[in-house]
This record gives sequence, structure tokens and C-alpha cells, in this order.
Amino acid sequence: MAQKSYGFDTLQIHAGARPDPTTGARQTPIYQSTAFCFRDADHAAALFNLQEVGFIYSRLTNPTVAVLQERVATLESGAGAVCCSSGHAAQIMALFPLMSPGDNVVVSSRLYGGSITQFSQTIRRFGWSAKFVDIDDASAVEKAIDNMTKAVFCETIANPGGHIADLPRLARIADKAGIPLIVDNTTATPFLCRPIEHGATLVVHSMTKYLTGNGTVTGGVVVDSGKFDWSASDKFPSLSAPEPAYHGMRFHETFGPMAFTFHGIAVGLRDLGMTLNPQAAHYTLMGIETLSLRMERHVENAEKIADWLEGQKHVKAVTYAGLDSSPYKDLAAKICPKGAGALFTVQLKGGYEACMKFVDSLEIFSHVANLGDARSLVIHSASTTHRQLTDSQRDAAGAGNDVVRLSIGTEDADDLIADLEQALDAAHA
Amino acid sequence: MTLPDYSHRYLRTVLDRTHTIAAVGMSLNTIRPSYFVGRHMVRNGYKVIVVNPTYARKRFFNTRVVADLASVPKSHNPIDMVNIFRRSEDAGHVVDEALDTLLDRGLKTIWMQIGVINEAAAKRAEAKGVEVIMNMCPKMEHQRLSGELSRAGINSGFITARHGFVRPQLP
Repeated sequence: MAQKSYGFDTLQIHAGARPDPTTGARQTPIYQSTAFCFRDADHAAALFNLQEVGFIYSRLTNPTVAVLQERVATLESGAGAVCCSSGHAAQIMALFPLMSPGDNVVVSSRLYGGSITQFSQTIRRFGWSAKFVDIDDASAVEKAIDNMTKAVFCETIANPGGHIADLPRLARIADKAGIPLIVDNTTATPFLCRPIEHGATLVVHSMTKYLTGNGTVTGGVVVDSGKFDWSASDKFPSLSAPEPAYHGMRFHETFGPMAFTFHGIAVGLRDLGMTLNPQAAHYTLMGIETLSLRMERHVENAEKIADWLEGQKHVKAVTYAGLDSSPYKDLAAKICPKGAGALFTVQLKGGYEACMKFVDSLEIFSHVANLGDARSLVIHSASTTHRQLTDSQRDAAGAGNDVVRLSIGTEDADDLIADLEQALDAAHA
Repeated sequence: MTLPDYSHRYLRTVLDRTHTIAAVGMSLNTIRPSYFVGRHMVRNGYKVIVVNPTYARKRFFNTRVVADLASVPKSHNPIDMVNIFRRSEDAGHVVDEALDTLLDRGLKTIWMQIGVINEAAAKRAEAKGVEVIMNMCPKMEHQRLSGELSRAGINSGFITARHGFVRPQLP
């Protein structure tokens, strides 16, 4: 009687995408329609009351986007997912149901620079705040949590430094405090790590990166594990208390493990409007079909290149967690046993000047502010993605002035090594 | 305690063979979760008779609310399913009442809602040939298997490449 289970390679192709019930279309159609017809007035009322699940208006739900939502929810072992317009939107969408003015979130000090700015500056306009801590220090995380803290937030594999978060330990700390652990799993992807299986409550992604995998569109997603008891305390009234806009209905009581996902659509997308469009969802769906195949090659190339770089005379250090020299080697084996991703930094002996010359000398690596593309990418974080930060914030984030970030693509590793070799020589000439 | 992991094929079979449901403890308050369940089942072609003394004689769509299972009119036979919206400890009495009054009126399934688990009562029902589902919601499973939950990005837990497994919703 037991439910059938399927492997990752099967689910990345099939989850959420059943033959179109009307036409039999096998590939997921792009439903390029703003609005959807109601069957009758009662149906319309039921949809607006959340008594029925259906399509009203593409700011809220869209059949193409819905397939992508179920696809990612399934790959992440979640109960449900809400897509939105970017990874940054996903972070706001994750915090929005949890936070009220005066509340705070305990955040890893090693995050993508744009996230640090979003958490340290922008969310203050909502009356929220962030407390930055070194998440390798369990007692610092515990101490930072106070009774206004509504979540702990970290990245599985930190961008740009490649540090690995000890997810089970962080989940235990958050659990003890009665708050959810939110994990940005962009750089690992669900192929390398499923944070929910390590105890995370919510997972966010910039789907722009590996999930899409071809650098075509931006997109974000929030996946809910469905396991958090939002009604266990009065900390999360948006989910546990009567909702005035829906006649006093309580989301958690009504939707159980689906509460966070329904809230994300019925309140989050309805009022914040950070919607993913169906064209973008289509490109990301195309990408996800080959996620495991691409990630295997990304990891294979990254391991080979990090190992080669470490032995070069112009290189001071390589942060790849898959290297024997990495302090995160053992944790990586536990958290992402299939590989430590394909994003890491290289510290050059020539410092800031050498970094600039190195970036300008590369022929195959593209100098762009992106990661997780099939193409190999390079950026000097300190002068770009982490520019808004102070020197000490940059050092804490692993984005010091003498550091270059590499996102290893799926090209021939030997061609990438040859390109890196000539650029290292040029930078230190 | 581990509950059986009901297969989607089995749940589909139960939902397909069921036409009339006696819903014990269901509310007529339109924002209560149990009302959502009854409303959904009616909208999808099931006949639902609410069994709840608080609302006795009030109307719920095309049927009248009754105070107890024995009062469900014979004109509604066969009563295929009893759906229990009561605490686990109270579910035993409902199961016994169902076995006393509905066994010869077509009862095939007793379905206890999410959070409602009563192993002893389930054994008594199964001994009399009535199948029991516990800790699940027929609305959610109907929505899952009709593809309705997928519209909201919920992990439906099943994949299929067969055209027609997912049936378009009734109008």
C-alpha cells in the first residue's frame, strides 16, 4: 500500500508536470494569460475565500508557474513552494509571514553581499532588523536569539567563500528557540543538499542560478517543509491568528502543513506582487530537467580546478570546501556528500591589483555578476557584489580585496585550466 | 506508532466508490476547516449529510443536518462513508455507532480526519469488514488526486505520464 518513491533524476523531469488535462500536451505549456475565467459566481466567491484552489489572476497563481512550484517543492522534499521574481524577492517572501515591526532575524555574517545589504539596510524600513553572527560559533547563534527573533538565516554553501553551514546544529538551535531555520540553498541546489532533510523549516533559492542553469531569467522560490508548528506559540500571528482579510480564518488551522504556501500566495503575492512570470518559469523548468547532470559536471570541474589552483605559485589560498586543506572538508562530506558545489574564491599573491588584471585577462571565463551558469564566470567581489560593505564585513564574508570569485561552468576542465593559467601569469607579470 | 502509508491508487479507489458521506462533527460555520471539507465534497458531486446536534434540522446544500447517525434518513442509502471530525478519544464512540447503525446500510469506509487516530476503534471496524483511513482529509486527498493542490504549488507526491489520470474538475 505504501507510496511509490522516485529518484531525483525522475522527479526533476516529471514532478508537477503531468500531461495537460485538456490538450494532452506533454511539455508544460506556457500559459501566457493574465486572468482565468470563473465557472460561475459561486466558483469565483469560493476561489476568493480560499475554499477552492484555482486560477484567478497571474499575480497570484499561473498554471506554468504552478508546475515549477511543485517541481522545486518535490526536489527539496518540501510540502509546497511559492515562486517569485528573484532570489531577493524570495528572501522577503520568506520573512514576510514571520516578522512584525520590532522583530529581528539572526543571520550568518557570511552571505552574498546583496543579501547582507538587504538584511542590514533595506529591511529596517519595515521595522525589522538583522543580527549578524558567525554561524560556526553555536553559542554566538544561541546568544543572538532573543524573544523578538523570528528566524535564523544562512546559506548552505556560502557565497562567495564556499563555507559550509552545519545545518543540523543550526536547526537544533532554532528548534530549541521555537523559531524556523531558513536556508538559502542556491549554491548547493537540491541535488547536492536538501536542507529540509537536515532540519530546515524553509528553503529559499535564487532560481536564476543553477536551477535555470543557462543565465536566461531571474526567479526565486520559497519552499516550506510543512513541518513547523506555527500555532505552538503566539510568535507567528500571521499564520496562527484569525486573518481579517479572510473573514477571520486561521491559515495554520485551515491548511495545516500547506499553511505557509497558501499564505505566500494569498497574502504575500497578493499584496507584495513579486510574481514570477510564466515565460521565466518555462526557462527554469527547461533547466531543471537536466539539473543533476549539470551539477555532476559542475562539481567534477570544480574539484579538478580547485585542486590545480591550489598548487599554483601565484595563488595564496583556495576556499573550495571539497579540498583536503579546507576546514569544512568533513562538514561538506556530511552536508553535501555529492560535492561542495562549484563556487569558491581564490586569493592571489599580487593582491587587489593582480585580481583586477587577472579578471581582465581571462578569455573563457565571463566577467559578470552572476553564478551558476553553464558558462564559467568570474568576479572580483570586493569591488562589485560586496562593494557596499565595509572592509571588516567583506573579510567576514570571505570577500576580501585580494580575493576573486569563480563560478565553474560545465566546459572542458582542461580549457578552463589553460585559461586560468595564462591569466594568472598575466596578472603577476 | 506508524500509520499505514495509504497509496494514491488506494485513495483514488476509495474516493471513486464513495457517493454519500455522513460527516460527523462537521460545522456549518463557513470559515471552519470542516465546512471547507463538506463544501468541497458537495461541489465535486458527493452527497454529504452533516451529523451534528448543534445544527440539527438546518440545511447544508441539498440535505438536512441530523443529530446522530441513527437519524440519517433511509432515503440517503447507501451511506458509503462516515467521515469523523471529532477528537481521537471520541472517535471510538462514533465508530461503534456507525457499526451499530450503518453496517447493513452500505457502510464501506470510516475516514478519520487529520489528527484523529483511534487504533482500537479501527480494529473493531476492520473486524466487521469496514475499511478505515486515519489522520487524513478526504478533501485534501481529492484535491491532490484531481491536481487541484498542484495549482498552488503543493507537493502532490505523485507523478504520472498518463493522459487522463488527472481529471479536470467538475464544473
